[in-house]
Amino acid sequence: MTNPAPSNVLPGLRFRQRFPLLALILERFVLSIVLLFAVSVLIFGGLEALPGDFATTYLGQSATPQAVANIRRDLGLDRPVTTRYVEWLGSAVQGDFGTSWASKNSVSEQIGKRLGNSLFLAGFAAVISVPLAVGLGMLSVHFRNRMPDKIINVISLAAISLPEFFIGYLLILFFAVKFGMATFPATVYDSMGLVERLKAIALPTATLVLVVLAHMMRMTRAAILSVMSSAYMETAELKGLSAFRAIVKHAAPNALAPIINVVALNLAYLVVGVVVVEVVFVYPGMGQYMVDAVTVRDMPVVQACGLIFAAVYIFLNMTADILAIIANPRLRHPR
Amino acid sequence: MNDYTKYLTSRVTAGGLSRREFMGRAMAAGITLAVADKLFTESAEAAEPKHGGHLKLGLEGGAATDSKDPAKFLSQFMFCVGRCWGDMLVESDPLTGAAVPALAESWEPSKDAVTWTFKIRKGVKFHNGKELTIDDVVATLKRHTDKSSESGALGVLGSIKEIKADGGNLVLTLSEGNADMPLLLSDYHLVIQPNGGVDDPLASIGTGPYKLTSFEPGVRATFEKNKDDWRTDRGYVDSIEIIGMNDATARIAALSSGQVHYINRVDPKTVSLLKRAPNVEILSTAGRGHYVFIMHCDKAPFDNNDLRLALKYAMDRETMVQKILGGYGKVGNDFPINSTYALFPEGIEQRTYDPDKAAFHYKKSGHSGSVLLRTSEVAFPGAVDAAVLYQESCKKAGIEIEVKREPGDGYWTNVWNVQPFSTSYWGGRPTQDQMYSTAYLSTADWNDTKFKRPDFDKLLLQARAELDEAKRKDMYRTMAMMVRDEGGVILPMFNDFVNASTKQVKGYVHDIGNDMSNGYVATRVWLDA
Repeated sequence: MTNPAPSNVLPGLRFRQRFPLLALILERFVLSIVLLFAVSVLIFGGLEALPGDFATTYLGQSATPQAVANIRRDLGLDRPVTTRYVEWLGSAVQGDFGTSWASKNSVSEQIGKRLGNSLFLAGFAAVISVPLAVGLGMLSVHFRNRMPDKIINVISLAAISLPEFFIGYLLILFFAVKFGMATFPATVYDSMGLVERLKAIALPTATLVLVVLAHMMRMTRAAILSVMSSAYMETAELKGLSAFRAIVKHAAPNALAPIINVVALNLAYLVVGVVVVEVVFVYPGMGQYMVDAVTVRDMPVVQACGLIFAAVYIFLNMTADILAIIANPRLRHPR
Repeated sequence: MNDYTKYLTSRVTAGGLSRREFMGRAMAAGITLAVADKLFTESAEAAEPKHGGHLKLGLEGGAATDSKDPAKFLSQFMFCVGRCWGDMLVESDPLTGAAVPALAESWEPSKDAVTWTFKIRKGVKFHNGKELTIDDVVATLKRHTDKSSESGALGVLGSIKEIKADGGNLVLTLSEGNADMPLLLSDYHLVIQPNGGVDDPLASIGTGPYKLTSFEPGVRATFEKNKDDWRTDRGYVDSIEIIGMNDATARIAALSSGQVHYINRVDPKTVSLLKRAPNVEILSTAGRGHYVFIMHCDKAPFDNNDLRLALKYAMDRETMVQKILGGYGKVGNDFPINSTYALFPEGIEQRTYDPDKAAFHYKKSGHSGSVLLRTSEVAFPGAVDAAVLYQESCKKAGIEIEVKREPGDGYWTNVWNVQPFSTSYWGGRPTQDQMYSTAYLSTADWNDTKFKRPDFDKLLLQARAELDEAKRKDMYRTMAMMVRDEGGVILPMFNDFVNASTKQVKGYVHDIGNDMSNGYVATRVWLDA
């Protein structure tokens, strides 16, 4: 009865042929999950391998054997690693990251707040830096090898060459200390209004924008330039399009894929890599939270932060891949 | 105005000097009568506290992991937060370090200092309106002395055998006599909470001058004035905001731009830069904390007293204070006590850098080859530099030191108290007895020099129970000499607490008890508009 129709095509392959885009997206998605799982193992294992455990590190020089024993017993640190890993992963999947060992607060709740702060800062920086970078990139292509291009390049190269803490200090020195124009420290808290909040994050946002701008701008410039040298751009020029119109209409769409990639990379950096900026500006975000936790080996917090950082990174990269595939149909058919 | 006059006027402002004393000292310092008179009047006017205003502090040491439970206060940030909302039974005098009444009105020891009776103050209200009772006091102490407690005061209170209420009084019975019992109760973990904080340790309800209004660990804590405070000589500002700032440059920027009124932990290296800011005042207070090089007396080659002496004579203390502390500190004399302690043994000869003596003892010890010193930046600020400086001063005495830089992670677990020669740091303790009991008693967990002498232990226990001050001082002198000449500690320096404020901040009390005016800075200062 169950006599399948003879076919030399596997069902999976048939699905792939019919919906190449969807298949690729699904594949990327599954890969991301697997990757995230691998990261969780790495995080847990890495923390286990660190010298000193929570009890001794938390109490520091003032650890009496009695206090150390009390803490270890309370936290169940005596149980095997695998048991603790499985338990942790089990609740983490459901969004429960447990309680902080040091402060006894709910980690999920704390992270909710901190992640919100980090995303707020990163989002604000992104809203300013992405259009600015792409716009400046196009502008510098338009004026390539002329004065505006050179100025844009020199300034952005200078900004990217300075470490972010130094840019931060310079901004603080001039805008907060010397002229008293900006709010410092950039500490935000629950009861703060939106206007006040935006004022508070002005300086860290400016720092972040300066840090990521050059990278995105230069990638945009390079990608468009490489397209510009292709034959159809010559055609566009020959049929009499204005240079700017040619860039926006014909070159930019074809240069999208690499631009999307570098934008995603920088967005991920804005969320994950701003630890130094958060410390310098006393901004209560995820980076600061994780640094505090690592110092005392507050495992539930470190694990949660690590996992979330990994998730942000993987998600943004996945999105970039997918967007790049959509923007460039040729990528849909792997050779 | 020179430094000495500045010091005198600041003492007047803090209320620590009478007119007669001030005039006498100022004129002895070569100031004319008219000028001295004017100075005194000005400083005394500044001493008149003003009420109101919003005080902002930027403090190092806060972390997202901080707990509101006083038993678990560890960081500088929480130390200061706790002092704002809570009271202990006893406080220490800012100038002498002696025990003074707080929630305990008075106290009386038995003749052998084993039983202590504390009279508890009446009519004090908690922030929630509940009156303070003896039961709250008993419950608090019981919570902190419970063997399964994670309280930071567990070690301090180890000798308490029984805690009970007797009428309105608190009666403590100890396992052995201890003349310092009242001072031990001034420990900052021992905040008296309603029912001892058993029901809700995180409630932050106390009897202090300020009520906690919001708290985000490692970020910010805010307070409003407690209108029912039982004391009038504190709590001058209307509200307080304490912001966690772990970056040294951020603290300095915030202070010099006037965004905060006070910061702690000013790096000695940057003090001279900060001094140039017109609105900033450096507040440096002599402290009990000390930086040490520890040798294990029971491990070769340090089990040889001649080698230990050689290494002590090879330490250039003056240079250490100048280079590592930027001058903000005092030289040490190889025992862990300085003049900020009550009953400080005076007149012990200061040990100085003496390459010849060092070479003599080194030769006598028969040791050859290099000596391995382990260090790390976490041992104390500038520890690695200090080790290299020491290496240089030893070279002149013909002693070769090999400096090994260890990772900061796990330094306290893997190196300190484990390896025979390393650098370390000790915060001070309220009493000499506690300092010695913590680090020099044979049986102490933290006897990091492995200094084990039965005669020293015996003397320590005798001194602890001795109520006669003169006799006690004598005993402490003998003990100091033992540690200095035969112990395993090289103690080059005591570090000052270096903080800074804007000139708006008045009434700062230089408390010898601990950093940040013993944590009370926010409750003691006022803002001059």
